[in-house]
Amino acid sequence: MSIPAAQTTAPATTDPLDAAALREDFPILGEQVNGHRLVYLDSGATSQRPLAVLDAERDFLTHTNAAVHRGAHTLAAEATDLFEDARATVAGFVGAEPEQLVWTSGATMGLNLVAYSIGNASVGRGAPASTALALRPGDEIVVTAIEHHANLIPWQELAARTGAVLRHIPALDDGTLDLDAAAELIGERTRIVAFTHVSNVLGIVNPVEKLIALAQAVGALTVMDACQSAPHLPLDLPALGVDLAVFSGHKMFGPYGVGGLYGRAEVLEALPPFLTGGSMITTVTLDHAEYLPPPQRFEAGTQPIGPAIGLAAAVRYLDGIGLGRIHAHESLLAERMRAGLVEIPGIRLLGDAPTARVGLWSFDVEGVHAHDAGQFLDARGIAVRVGHHCAAPLHSRFGVTASVRASTALYNTPDDVDVFLDAVSGIRPYFGV
Amino acid sequence: MNELDALYRELILDHSKHPQHFGLPAGDAPAHTGESYQKNPVCGDEITLRARVDGETVADVVWEGRGCSISQASASMLADLVAEEGLSRTETVALIEGFREALRSRGQLELDEDVYGDAAALSGVSKFSARVKCAMLAWVALEDAIAKA
Repeated sequence: MSIPAAQTTAPATTDPLDAAALREDFPILGEQVNGHRLVYLDSGATSQRPLAVLDAERDFLTHTNAAVHRGAHTLAAEATDLFEDARATVAGFVGAEPEQLVWTSGATMGLNLVAYSIGNASVGRGAPASTALALRPGDEIVVTAIEHHANLIPWQELAARTGAVLRHIPALDDGTLDLDAAAELIGERTRIVAFTHVSNVLGIVNPVEKLIALAQAVGALTVMDACQSAPHLPLDLPALGVDLAVFSGHKMFGPYGVGGLYGRAEVLEALPPFLTGGSMITTVTLDHAEYLPPPQRFEAGTQPIGPAIGLAAAVRYLDGIGLGRIHAHESLLAERMRAGLVEIPGIRLLGDAPTARVGLWSFDVEGVHAHDAGQFLDARGIAVRVGHHCAAPLHSRFGVTASVRASTALYNTPDDVDVFLDAVSGIRPYFGV
Repeated sequence: MNELDALYRELILDHSKHPQHFGLPAGDAPAHTGESYQKNPVCGDEITLRARVDGETVADVVWEGRGCSISQASASMLADLVAEEGLSRTETVALIEGFREALRSRGQLELDEDVYGDAAALSGVSKFSARVKCAMLAWVALEDAIAKA
């Protein structure tokens, strides 16, 4: 029986990506580790880089390298153009305008920038609009109990500096956020609500639109950690309505040392500078300085120009594949991983809610410490993360000090998952448990 | 023996499952006892170790902790070694320094079984630089504890 061709061709958005073919773009995936094919399941910590990214940085450094936004020579002008084109590209990747994207060294820097800037507003620095961001004793900062330390400790410090009170949205046993508690916690005193889009331990996509709505209802600023969503899900930050969001280049196939801070224009305009110095000023006297508008106001000193150009190449690479397809691919890997893990005796998944997620699972191996489990997997060429993954309070919540985390990216295949599952089933027997 | 088996010698797994000198007696520590708490911030492994120093002799070591098999076995082996040998303060410090040097040798130095007893089985850890801190945890705690005793 012949089937009309139109019915056999899936729509472009659901056309599955060919991870095996994409792997060719990532030379490191051809490495042998401990006598085995590398099975890289640690992209949540850092992703691998495609040749397009390596080439973009090398091309820039080989042909165009110069300091940007200064100097009148040809290379300086070309480098500035490439640097600003990179900003536009990366901003566009998250649905934003170029002026809404501040270069940072990474998400940790972005979150500290925001927290310290608000701290500066709280002691009277900044424009008249900055007073709206100032914290006073008794004001409240609400974070979730599942944050990476980078989205927790800057708020602890900001609270300590300003007399604000830090409050936490708890997690339920299945790893989802307690939204009833969130609705209770977010109230008139709430000035900032900070949360992660996707947990770096649980892999769960949080209902951030609900948190944003709760925050907006009381006029609180929203700050989102998008590190674990940017490489895996389509993102439109302006449409989401979040005020500020951060991501790290190296977790999204780009270079180390570069990241982005997205901000709504009014919010960036109201934030005083954090780091000060060259390239962020208009006029300077011995006693006083005036500052450039965003984003340059937050980009003191020489920026990571080559890495920014590399990150632009990374997001072009991602856009070329399509985040919808990447998410669909990784959702299948996540399901395959879960189905295998729950069949292995003594494996307990952290945050097993049947909800939207990326390809990431953390788990406890009963009777075997995570470090030992990770060592066993490493001997088979399988790279996973072990420890508390910079989320110690989350681990305490689930009654463990450490876990094993397997995290996928667009280049992982079902075979990677199967090799991993086969090895995990050997952990407890090896250690005599 | 492959490298993994060289790391997880049977003796190490035995000690980690049946840790020796484990448990801190309730109440105040006896006189001339130093206590040290050490934590590996990377993985959250922790140990509390008490060393009683009798004159110049390290007389007893007890500990409590939780962590990977390497860190637990290492603490157990260390406590056994100190209990058996009756080493002086100076000898103990030298013992710890020798252990540290071997573990940081990236597989170049072997621990002498006559000196280190069961703990000589930890020589294999030195090829796994990420695990050296696990094995060192109890030894750093003893170093600190006898300095306080």
